[in-house]
Parts: sequence; C-alpha cells; structure tokens
Amino acid sequence: MKKVPKTREIPLAWLQLSREKSRLLVAMAGIAFADMLMFIQLGFQTALYDSNTRLHQKINADLVLISPQGRNIVNLTTFPRRRLYQALSFDGVASADPLYADFVDWKNPQTQIKTSLLLLGFKPDKSAFLIPEVEQNLEKLKMPDVLLFDKGSQGKYDETLASLEQGKTVSTEIQERKINVKGLFLSGASFAADGNVITSDLNFHRILTRRHPSQVSAGLIKLKPGVDPQQMAEALKLSLPNDVRVLTKAEFIQFETKYWSENTSIGFIFTLGTAIGFVVGVVIVYQILSSDVADHLAEYATLKAMGYRNSYLLIVVFQEALILALLGFLPGSAIAFGLYALTRNATNLPLFMTLSRAITVLILTMIMCTISGAIATKKLRSADPADIF
Amino acid sequence: MQTLTSVNQTQNITNQAVISVRNLNHYFGQGSLKKQALFDINLDIYPGEVVLMTGPSGSGKTTLLTLICGLRSPQEGSLKLLNQELFGANQEQLIQARRKIGYIFQAHNLLKSLTALQNVQMSLQLHSNISPTERYERATQMLEAVGLEERIHYYPTGLSGGQKQRVAIARALVSHPRVVLADEPTAALDSKSGRDVVNLMQKLAKEQGCTILMVTHDNRILDIADRIIYMEDGVLVSNDTGKSKSNH
Repeated sequence: MKKVPKTREIPLAWLQLSREKSRLLVAMAGIAFADMLMFIQLGFQTALYDSNTRLHQKINADLVLISPQGRNIVNLTTFPRRRLYQALSFDGVASADPLYADFVDWKNPQTQIKTSLLLLGFKPDKSAFLIPEVEQNLEKLKMPDVLLFDKGSQGKYDETLASLEQGKTVSTEIQERKINVKGLFLSGASFAADGNVITSDLNFHRILTRRHPSQVSAGLIKLKPGVDPQQMAEALKLSLPNDVRVLTKAEFIQFETKYWSENTSIGFIFTLGTAIGFVVGVVIVYQILSSDVADHLAEYATLKAMGYRNSYLLIVVFQEALILALLGFLPGSAIAFGLYALTRNATNLPLFMTLSRAITVLILTMIMCTISGAIATKKLRSADPADIF
Repeated sequence: MQTLTSVNQTQNITNQAVISVRNLNHYFGQGSLKKQALFDINLDIYPGEVVLMTGPSGSGKTTLLTLICGLRSPQEGSLKLLNQELFGANQEQLIQARRKIGYIFQAHNLLKSLTALQNVQMSLQLHSNISPTERYERATQMLEAVGLEERIHYYPTGLSGGQKQRVAIARALVSHPRVVLADEPTAALDSKSGRDVVNLMQKLAKEQGCTILMVTHDNRILDIADRIIYMEDGVLVSNDTGKSKSNH
C-alpha cells in the first residue's frame, strides 16, 4: 500500500555519472564523435543539394515555367516563347521574361583547356538573378559578346580572376567564337556544370547559333503585389497547354534537388553514413553503460534487497543514458560547427549548421543512448539480491 | 522482556512470532545436479530477540537468511515474516516484505557515489510518508546516534571499515524496521570496532524494540545473544526456544 515517491530526491543517475569523471569524459567524447559523424554526413548531403540549387535560390521570379521534358538546369530543353505572352495576359502577372540556358564548351583563358560551363542569357534590362554583381553589371551585357564570369567556378582561374578584379577585360573563346569577360559574380560550381557565365539574350544566340530566341529554356514570371503564387500557378496550369510546367520558386528548387537525389547515390551514401555514425554511438554508449552497470551491480543488488523495484534501477540507467546524450551532444555539435566552417573555407560548399539539423541530431543522439541503455539493462536482471550474501 | 518470555513459554502462539518457519526445505540446481541445502527447518523468532545464527561454511545459514528476508522465494514449506506468508508470494509482496527489514551486509555495500548521509536517506526514500526534509533530519540524527556526526558528508572512500559499517547500521535502522538482519557484520573489523558495532546494534535495536537476527562466525560477540541457533549441513542442530543464554 505504500507507494514509492514519484520524485526521487537523490539524483542517483547524475551522482553516479559525475563521481566517475574519467568514465564520464570518455562517454562524452564517444558521443561527441558519433554526433560529429552524423552532423558531417547530414551536412554534406544538404550542402551538396544546396550547391546545385544556388542559381535556383537566387532566381528573380515568383513562378518559373519550364518544359515538362526538362531534367535539370543544364538540361531544361525548351518550350515556345509564346507561352510567356500567354502568361502575361493574366491580370496578376506583372512580367514574364525568358531565360536561355545551355551547356557550352569554353576555353579556360589561363590554361587554354576546354571545359563545360553553363551559359545563361536574359534581357539585360532586368537581372534574372538576385545576385548583386549581376544586377550591377547589366549595362555591360548590352555590349556585343560580353559575359560575366562566375568566380566560384571550378578550375584554375587565379590569374583570370586577378585581372578581372583589377577591371581588365579577359578574352577567350566559346565554341570558336571570341568573347570578352568584363565582370565577375559569385554563384558556384555544381554537379551539372564546372561553372557559370552570364550574358544577354542577344549574345546568347550569337554564341549558340543552333538556338533560336523563340524557344526559351525557362520563363521567369513576376507577380503583382498581393497575388498568391500558388493560386496563380494553378490558374496558369489550367489555361496553358501541356508543353509547359508551372512551378513556384520553391518547387523550382525542389525540381533540381529531386533530380540529383534520384540520379546520384547521394541520398543512399549519406544516409548510410549517418546510420554508421549512429551505430558507432550506440556501441560506444553501450560499452560505457554496461561497464557502469557491471561496476554498480553489487550496489544495485543492495538496493533491490532494501526493497527498490527493478523499474527504479531501469530508470536510473535510462536517466544516465539521457544525461550522457545531452552532455555529449554539446561538444559534438560545437566540433561539427567548427568543421563546417573549415570545410566551407576549403571547398566553397554551402555547409551551414541549421537548427533543424541540430534538433535532428539531438533526437538521434537521445534515441541512440536510449537503445544502448535498453541493452545495458539486460545485465540488471542478473543483479540478484540473494547473491550479495 | 521477562513478561514476554513467560507468555511465550506457556503458549506457543506463532502469530506473535516476528519470523515463523515451518518445514522449510530448499534446493539448488536442476535435475541430476539438484542439491538440497536446507532440511526441514522449523524456527520461531520473537519480537525483541537478539538471535545469532552460527555454523560452519556451507551449513546453509546464509541461505536461510536470504529466505527469511525475502531475497529468495521459499520452494517448500512455510515462511512467515511479520505475518506475511512468503511461500507463493508474488514479486510485489516480496518487495514490500523487504522494505520492512533492515539489512546489514558483510561487505557494507554502501553506494560509492553517495555520501554517508545520502546512503542513509536512500533507505528512507522507500517510505513515501516521510517528507524530504524529514528524511534529511532523521538521517542526520541516525548518523549522530552511531557517532558519525562529523562525517555525514563523507564518501565511503573517505571512511574506515568500522565507520562504513556504522553507516550501514544507520541505514538499516533509520526507518525503524521491526526486524534487522545482519550477515557477518563484524567479519572485516578488528576486535574493538567489531565490539563497538555490535553493541551499537544491540543498543539501537533495544531502543526501537526491533528483533535482530545475525549470522556470524565471530566468537567474540556471542555474549550479546538472547539465543544462538546452530546450523550444520542444512539442518538446524540446536535452537534454544527458551530465553536463557547458552554459550556454544
């Protein structure tokens, strides 16, 4: 009839952990290591996807039209420019401008070696991308055969960049046509292309004579203030024929991300990597908790002899597991934070800590420690109070 | 005590006995390895008695002790502890029985991560009708009663063998149990400490009116017993039901 009090006054779990400092530090180090592994795996995965959608994230549009055949930004295929005029007839649409995109072979001005870049062309009265250096250099694009170069491009460009930073013009060839680079902007290399170059629509078609202005790669639609993009998208979908897809900006980003997640092993590799980090953590914490339980077995048997229930001891072990989870998470996330910064500086990959990822890893850590705790408590059953006599 | 003695001599009222054992047999092992450890034990222990159990190693006295205090389930026979029949009792009933008993073990088994005071409080925590403040006070008082008021915040590593045993006594007695069971409490101690410990146990037990059942080899302390039980090969060889002290 007597009930064990629900709130224990003596925090046995904390006291047991804190009294054995070396074991506590080893546990924290182990969890920090496992957390760091998980953070790196998840971070790289997101960064890789993000690095392929930099242009998409900066696109100056509320809605984007693309061909249903389009696969990713270097393989958008085309659809008729007429669709843009049709979209413009809608009341909520403020503007509908074409974007031309294609792969081109360009000769590295420094090394003279040819490489593939993404060539983007649009009407230079309005920037297709919300990138400051592009917006500031629109006038230059009105000149014939002038391009802006992405300084985040992959490859040996240090001398080229130095010249351009000084304001000089750098000349090179794209598909045997001489062009002049007169400015820089920053986006970044991706899986699709080693780099990007931006020019006007006229220059685009001068360079790529096989392309015709009446066939556009994408349509950039800006809406009037107060118009809901989703509703407008639905309206356009209903009225425009099936040779064009209507996407919101978010869907446009998702479109690219989905291509890379489906067509590469990125998803599988990094999920596997995260799982490995998780398993490493479970093993480490289990080792520590089970040696902790073994060390305290006589004490636990004493408690059982005194009349403590098995459930009390189980709770103590689980509390230890959760305390370790929290204590190990802190240094783990701090180390990951530092590694992210290091990687950003070394690779230009957009590797950033996010709150949602931190929460995900924290929850994974707690689950990891709970699983270890559950396995470690198997030994508790062998704490037979009769054996201490 | 005299009154109780005369009452018990004239009547054999077993429901007054704190511990009552009838026809208890106990076995270890299975099948062909099955070995009998206790043979037809019959025993009554009355309130306020100080009973010593002694006998050679392997005589079954520890086994009997573990059965009496609910750490093992009786396999055959009857064992009543404070009127609770332990034969066939479920886990919850065993747990409740254990809470009514104070234990003093040979190896102290104090929790290393807790101070002397916290160790004693762990015993009080099992009783929900005692508030945290009261727990602290009672634990402190108990430790003062065993002479350790200077060391209530010491950890077991900072205490001598005798001091640790005194903490164990405080822990066993702080909740005022009706029965105290001790297994070789003086084994690891020198003469003086051992004597002090046993005197302390006896004094506190008399103050609280509880019964002491002690397993021991130690010949130096046999004089504190009201009764001595001698076991050999799982059989209760000698058991004075009378109250006269007998030296073995």
